[in-house]
Amino acid sequence: MTEAPDEVADLVPDEVPHALPWRVATLVHRRQETPTAATLELDVPGWRGALAGQHVDVRLTAEDGYSAQRSYSLASPASMGLPVAGAGTPRIALTVQVVDDGEVSPYLTDDLGIGDQIELRGPIGSWFVWHATDPRPVQLVAGGSGLVPLMSIARTHAACGSSAPLRLLVSVRSPQDALYSEELDLLAPGVQVTRVWTRSGPPAWSGPVGRIDADLLRATCLPPDQSPRVYVCGPTAFVEAVADALVDLGHDPELIRTERFGPTGT
Amino acid sequence: MAIVSRGFRGRRVADPRLPPGQYLERGFPVLSAGPTPRADLASWTFSITAQGTTRASWTWAELQALPAEDIVKDIHCVTKWTKLDSVWRGVSLDTLLDAVEIAPEEQFALAHCDGGYTTNVPLADLRGGQAWIAYGYDGAPLRPEHGGPARLLIPHLYFWKSAKWVRRIDLGTTDTQGFWEQLGYHAYGDPWKEQRYWGD
Repeated sequence: MTEAPDEVADLVPDEVPHALPWRVATLVHRRQETPTAATLELDVPGWRGALAGQHVDVRLTAEDGYSAQRSYSLASPASMGLPVAGAGTPRIALTVQVVDDGEVSPYLTDDLGIGDQIELRGPIGSWFVWHATDPRPVQLVAGGSGLVPLMSIARTHAACGSSAPLRLLVSVRSPQDALYSEELDLLAPGVQVTRVWTRSGPPAWSGPVGRIDADLLRATCLPPDQSPRVYVCGPTAFVEAVADALVDLGHDPELIRTERFGPTGT
Repeated sequence: MAIVSRGFRGRRVADPRLPPGQYLERGFPVLSAGPTPRADLASWTFSITAQGTTRASWTWAELQALPAEDIVKDIHCVTKWTKLDSVWRGVSLDTLLDAVEIAPEEQFALAHCDGGYTTNVPLADLRGGQAWIAYGYDGAPLRPEHGGPARLLIPHLYFWKSAKWVRRIDLGTTDTQGFWEQLGYHAYGDPWKEQRYWGD
């Protein structure tokens, strides 16, 4: 083979079951995204690559053997981490939102130093994924840190030059809580990005402040007659409300994929 | 051999009821792959099928009329949370399975749900007081986002096996993999053996 590897073919998930061994990951870069969220870039020897939207399990182990595991979404695009010739060690990016009273997230965002090692395995979750070859229009709806796996999709869409129409609707509390703000600005005009502030907008913001409702979904999302695949990610109450409203607007439930995290319900 | 994460201490909730890799959760998180389906109780049925035929079927009223149990169990989600002493109400699968003729070779069950979700479980795991069709949670009707009107409850396996919005159990002679099981999750899912994914 002298041709460059077919990146798209490399993104097809494994056809046969395979084990997910724990791999050692080394922190090579950390970027503070907001006061309570950081992106960790990790070198992971042996990493097989991932589809856009997948997550990993992270395991921390104390000196006496006590360990704790949590799941974090990949923020990096699908092609990132693939064993491409000359690219060196596969690298992935996770964006970690600190959970109040969390056991693992504060360690990852505050204590883990450059060169420190953690264990992780993955990729996990072959449902909430976007395939770079899929020509169907894509609507992304994010609540808070639910933007992370959707950013992986948007980044993959950009990286592979997909011509699938893509829109992103982001609900976030206030500008200081907003992830990837500058990068989202750069997605336009190819990608229509709509921001909804639930508590307060930026200075001089004259638009609405409040929660996403059916009128806003109708006004900003790709319409049902275009049959977009819709990805909704955020806290449970957000996902429930958005998915319900999308079905009411006429979206096919089978085209709506959901992932829920953040504050837990009761 | 796990590597040590420098300076990590952790919270160290050492509860013998926590399976490996799990942490204690006091809320009740919701996980599902798509929108919450809307059920019409007037036309709702729960069926047991096999080999293309319906062996038994219950309307909502008929299910409610069957002997119900209060069930207190720990539940373990593959996403790492464990909730202790969750309180359910429902009908034992023993009661339902006793109502149908089952051939000796029909040892595998595949649950089918509103919304298209499926999950597979050996028939043996549905028997012996280990599994229920649950329609109550914490003293109230089971809410739709938690699987209402009725869900499977198989607390000795990871909670994705406790299929929400269950409508039918199909018995077969071979083990057909369900939704998450085809997507990389473990075919059986014993939390005490940490059988989360393929190959675990």
